[in-house]
Amino acid sequence: MPDNPIYQILTPAGDVIGDVPDLADETLVGLYRWMVMARIFSDRMVALQRQGRMGTFAPLNGQEATCVAMAAPLEEKDWLLGSYRESFPYIVKGVPLLSQMKHWGGHLPVDYPYEARCIPFQIVLATQVLHAVGIAMAIKYKKEKQVVMVGCGDGATSEGDFNEALNFAGVFKPPVIFLVQNNGWAISVPRKIQTAVEYIAQRGAGFGVPSRIVDGNDVLAVYQAVTEAADRAKAGEGATLIEAITYRLGAHTTADDPTKYQPPAELDAWRQRDPITRYRKFLMDRTLLTDAQDEQLHDDVNAEFQAALDLYEALPPPNPAHQFDYTYAELPPQLQRQREEFLELGSWR
Amino acid sequence: MPKWTMVQAINNALAIELERNPDVLVFGEDVGQNGGVFRVTDGLQERFGEARVFDTPLAESAIVGTALGMAIYGLRPVAEIQFAPFTYPCFNQIATQVTRMRYRSCGVYTAPLVIRAPCGGGVRPPEMHSDSVEALFMHVQGIKVVMPSTPYDAKGLLHAAIDDPDPVLFLEHMKLYRSFRQDVPEDRYTLPLGQAHVVKPGREVTVIAYAAMVNVALAAAQQVEQASGASVEVIDLRSIAPLDEETIATSVGKTGRAVVVHEAPRTGGVAAEIIAVINDQCLYSLLKPVERVTGPDTPFPMPKLEDTFIPTPERVARAIYRVLEP
Repeated sequence: MPDNPIYQILTPAGDVIGDVPDLADETLVGLYRWMVMARIFSDRMVALQRQGRMGTFAPLNGQEATCVAMAAPLEEKDWLLGSYRESFPYIVKGVPLLSQMKHWGGHLPVDYPYEARCIPFQIVLATQVLHAVGIAMAIKYKKEKQVVMVGCGDGATSEGDFNEALNFAGVFKPPVIFLVQNNGWAISVPRKIQTAVEYIAQRGAGFGVPSRIVDGNDVLAVYQAVTEAADRAKAGEGATLIEAITYRLGAHTTADDPTKYQPPAELDAWRQRDPITRYRKFLMDRTLLTDAQDEQLHDDVNAEFQAALDLYEALPPPNPAHQFDYTYAELPPQLQRQREEFLELGSWR
Repeated sequence: MPKWTMVQAINNALAIELERNPDVLVFGEDVGQNGGVFRVTDGLQERFGEARVFDTPLAESAIVGTALGMAIYGLRPVAEIQFAPFTYPCFNQIATQVTRMRYRSCGVYTAPLVIRAPCGGGVRPPEMHSDSVEALFMHVQGIKVVMPSTPYDAKGLLHAAIDDPDPVLFLEHMKLYRSFRQDVPEDRYTLPLGQAHVVKPGREVTVIAYAAMVNVALAAAQQVEQASGASVEVIDLRSIAPLDEETIATSVGKTGRAVVVHEAPRTGGVAAEIIAVINDQCLYSLLKPVERVTGPDTPFPMPKLEDTFIPTPERVARAIYRVLEP
């Protein structure tokens, strides 16, 4: 490991210390807009849950840079898989806000459009990492130019499936990028209890998977690291493991109380490294954003969230028949009978 | 028509599928050069290449998890788990992922994949090779469980499993792999999943079995018929899930007597569900309580005790006599 192995383009103060990726101005501002939307999405979903208008939600505050930059460099034909903390990257990749509201609200059907190529996030940690490798093996077999991005948290790296996935990726060299959002906590268990190695990225070496560490609160660094990994993958050079070091400023979920375990001083220190503040300074230094434009952008994003929320709250209750309709392509006779009986009685007998 | 063992019939089915559909891939532990520890995939890698038929690292969860990814993408993976009890390490991927992809995505992403695994007792392997897992997976919603009893059935059911739009666990009984040969058509044909087969019609008692217990049930039926003249019907379930309730209920409704046979342990086993179906659908036709002939509620034994664990024709015959008593 070099002295400072953490790849960075912007310092926490917003000063440029690396090569800024060659992106159009609107792309650079677009990343900021996504980050603002991520913050508003997370804050409002938590507030809605508190009001009884939304289901359990996993906030992503503090992780906006990684949540945006792990998805933004991907093309439409690329795939993105994640766990619940990757809910917002899905929106960046093309899953509508409304679908995410339905998913967190417990509504059926969740309506992920196929073209977004995002597998509905799920709860059993690290299982999706294997699905990503399988999709990537299929891409390689079909000789397509696509890449699979898969996200998980630092806690998930302790699961067998994460390690089996890296091992398969090392052996078969499919076009997959593993992005670990190391936010310091797995509910209440700190990172140091997940692994004895200093950096999760070091795990890659044991599987023959090249890896790198990025400042997960530096949107440009994550964007560039993902772009390079995607280029490698599409050139047939196989998998990359990226550890994005960030911090969970919010609770694990709306069902969690982090004051029980999170040291306040640590939380304060990371609040000083806010990814949005850092990037706003960069854009203002480059005269790509003014205060007035920033205010307008916030208003627009709030309105976009509200429009989706209005649609969500106007939805009729889910049809109980959906419970049956997606279990099999064709219902077996006993399930058909259960469905008919349920619909006839409106409940179970 | 060739006379094939079950191993040959399954090998032939896999070759036909690989030949007709470039999206079919066959993979698992030792399935490549070695052709599988039972030689079920023998010669397939040589014929179809290492991109289509390949060995994987030794990790069952990854075999199933990557198969799911391939299926989501649009391929038709046929993954082999080397022995049925080795599905314990990948139970999570099957129960929480493979079987739920259609439900979780509301049909946007699906899992048309087949997991093949040799199963069953009677061939004297070391520990943990012979456990019966079918009841566990019968209780998991979203997967079909198929257990053929003959070479002919194995081929037709495997083609249907690979055609199926949903995941299928295809359990191949090791004792049946080479125990007998049968006329098997060389061309492709399918047998419907979820449909039982009345192997031997009869009038006075129904014996329900699957996989290696079908031949045990037939031997018992023959003993009873020769000794007592009673007429015994034998049903081969072929599929454990979905269970063919109609065939069971029709038969027991007619005979009024039933014996259910499996080598898996008794409590929470497939027989318990079958008896519940009989209770629901033909209780008033029953002339005697339904009998179960099963393994005991213990771990599958070490080789020298196998013969006392696995039901025999004599045990099944005794159960038939008990339900035939007036």
